[in-house]
Amino acid sequence: MALPQAKLDATEARLAALTPLAGGAWLTAAQDQAVARLRAMGLPGRRDEYWRYTRPDRLISVEPTPASVFKAKDETPIFDAFDAIKLVFVDGVFSPDLSDQPAVDGLEIERLSDAGAKDIHWAKDLYGVLEARGQNPVERPLAALNTAYAQDGFLIRATGKVSKPVRMIYLHESTTSDAILHHVIKVEEGADLTVIENGPAAARFNKVMEVDVADTGAFHHIRAQGRDHERQAATHIFARLGRESLFKSFTLTANGVLTRNEVVIELTGDDASAHVAGCALGDGDFLHDDTVFITHDAVNCESRQVFKKVLRNGATGVFQGKILVKQGAQKTDGYQISQSLLLDDDAQFLAKPELEIYADDVACSHGSTSGALDETALFYLRSRGVPVKQATDMLTLAFLAEAIEEIADEAIADEIHDRLAAWLQRRRG
Amino acid sequence: MLEIKNLRVKLEEEDKEILKGVDLTVEAGKVHAIMGPNGSGKSTLSYVLSGKGGYEVTEGSATLDGVDLLEMEPEERAAEGLFLAFQYPVEIPGVGNMTFLRTAVNAQRKARGEDEMSAGEFLKVIREKAKTLKIDADMLKRPVNTGFSGGEKKRNEILQMAMLEPKMCILDETDSGLDVDAMKLVSEGVNALRDAGRGFLVITHYQRLLDHIKPDVVHIMANGRIVKSGGPELALEVEHNGYADILAEVA
Ligand SMILES: Nc1ncnc2c1ncn2[C@@H]1O[C@H](COP(=O)(O)OP(=O)(O)OP(=O)(O)O)[C@@H](O)[C@H]1O
Ligand SMILES: [Mg+2]
Repeated sequence: MALPQAKLDATEARLAALTPLAGGAWLTAAQDQAVARLRAMGLPGRRDEYWRYTRPDRLISVEPTPASVFKAKDETPIFDAFDAIKLVFVDGVFSPDLSDQPAVDGLEIERLSDAGAKDIHWAKDLYGVLEARGQNPVERPLAALNTAYAQDGFLIRATGKVSKPVRMIYLHESTTSDAILHHVIKVEEGADLTVIENGPAAARFNKVMEVDVADTGAFHHIRAQGRDHERQAATHIFARLGRESLFKSFTLTANGVLTRNEVVIELTGDDASAHVAGCALGDGDFLHDDTVFITHDAVNCESRQVFKKVLRNGATGVFQGKILVKQGAQKTDGYQISQSLLLDDDAQFLAKPELEIYADDVACSHGSTSGALDETALFYLRSRGVPVKQATDMLTLAFLAEAIEEIADEAIADEIHDRLAAWLQRRRG
Repeated sequence: MLEIKNLRVKLEEEDKEILKGVDLTVEAGKVHAIMGPNGSGKSTLSYVLSGKGGYEVTEGSATLDGVDLLEMEPEERAAEGLFLAFQYPVEIPGVGNMTFLRTAVNAQRKARGEDEMSAGEFLKVIREKAKTLKIDADMLKRPVNTGFSGGEKKRNEILQMAMLEPKMCILDETDSGLDVDAMKLVSEGVNALRDAGRGFLVITHYQRLLDHIKPDVVHIMANGRIVKSGGPELALEVEHNGYADILAEVA
């Protein structure tokens, strides 16, 4: 089907402004295929069903909308307390000087530009491959754009239990930066890896992370998206899970004018587990969109989606979550919950939860709610002497608790909890 | 201690008067009981005193040791020493029972300009008090009242009361839902708190609780008013004859 002219024009205008990263045969081939995919679908437009709640304009424009840089006062950066292999990017460009030299058992890390120059690489079977698989049945053009034009990123392979997390720190310094990063992560059989990400990265950030977890492997992902109020981000995670593997991802988002986080997971081996969770806190001119698509294509797999949002003062929350259970994916256990706490009448939550099931022996549940704080609970706390603001925070954190509980590492969960508490405290003045 | 004068209360949302001129004084060191038919306004009185929203006071006053309760926020009333054991304790998923209680104890201390209780001291005290109420460590760790049985919720209310050491305690049907042994435990918990400086207002439907917690005065509430007051024998009369005679007598 021919694309509408406006879509074609927008796509071509954007492509004309971009140059692919130079590389060897495998990378160039992947980029060429991604460009072809992108041209066939065109960049997202306002009329696209998948973009009904979130206007993509600022994510597809040729130039990014500038975003001022936020400097937190007297505050330790999040996750600084944890020992990790730090990889620092400034406005989407890797900075070796600011980063650690990764030398840890069971871990290989290579910069995309280095690996891409080689003729052959393990990442050849994954780079753009998981993204391409994730284009069906729903198109994700910004991810194809990313594969074609990523300027930097890492190829990370875990071959054993990696003792420290890999932490990617995305610093934002230029008000007009437009970053495109692409990481590929391969967790080999029985290996175990944690990846932490934090920071706004740029005025506009397009990031793709492809994750392949082999049989019995485990992958943990924790991310905190930067607090810069005007930053915009479109991120994608494409994951493929083997037998008895584990995938866990948690995202904290506070502020940011526009965020679209897509997570696309395929459970392809029996007895695998995928958990995605997020807490988003928004105030005023804030739109946060969690779009999740989980495909069960094996027996006895479990998936959980737990997304909680706290919205006030005109903020908008979006959730599009789907569980697709393919024929033969018996004993599937799928759970999905998306809830928003609306702290005032101006905030809104738009949700589209979906189940599509072609197997008969499955247990899937989903729920989506939005509403104000429970007045009865608030009175109960106050009647015991807890001041109203503190009681409100307690109940708000309690509302978020189910998502935070999805974090396996207790110290990280505590850190996230504390950040959320601090955010609430700042807001209430 | 607690002085309620001609208290008239209507619903905020509707033109429906629920309390129609309540007069009641509870002196320090005394236990007053309120009995009365369903829907007579007993819980409403306890809610209005503790500051729940949705009600409008149209006339009258309520003071605690001379301090006007009705002008204060619920948390300020609590810090002043008012405590309500709820007829229906509220479940709060996601808030740990222990965290909640420690926050409450320290918030009240702070409001009164006292030092906060250290984590260690708090733990010591709560363990001791929980033990006498047969509340196990698991219940302390679980989210507030969440999944608690009816009786466990009521015991948890009494634990909160014991920790907060209020000077004016209102118990709204704390006996309902309790088995015989739990009733004894709860009563012992209440009796342990009885002293010269503390007042109690015990709302109940049954004489049985009053066997354990001996009241000094018994009031009968009907249709938004205290219609009769007397000694403990009044509760026995209700137990035997119901409310018909009393209501007919005052009508
Ligand atoms: N928020 C409300 N909205 C509507 N009606 C109310 C509200 N609060 C109280 N009422 C009504 O006021 C009356 C008194 O209720 P209340 O709960 O105080 O009675 P009670 O004496 O405690 O009864 P019970 O013995 O059954 O506990 C009832 O008719 C009740 O329906
Ligand atoms: Mg009642």
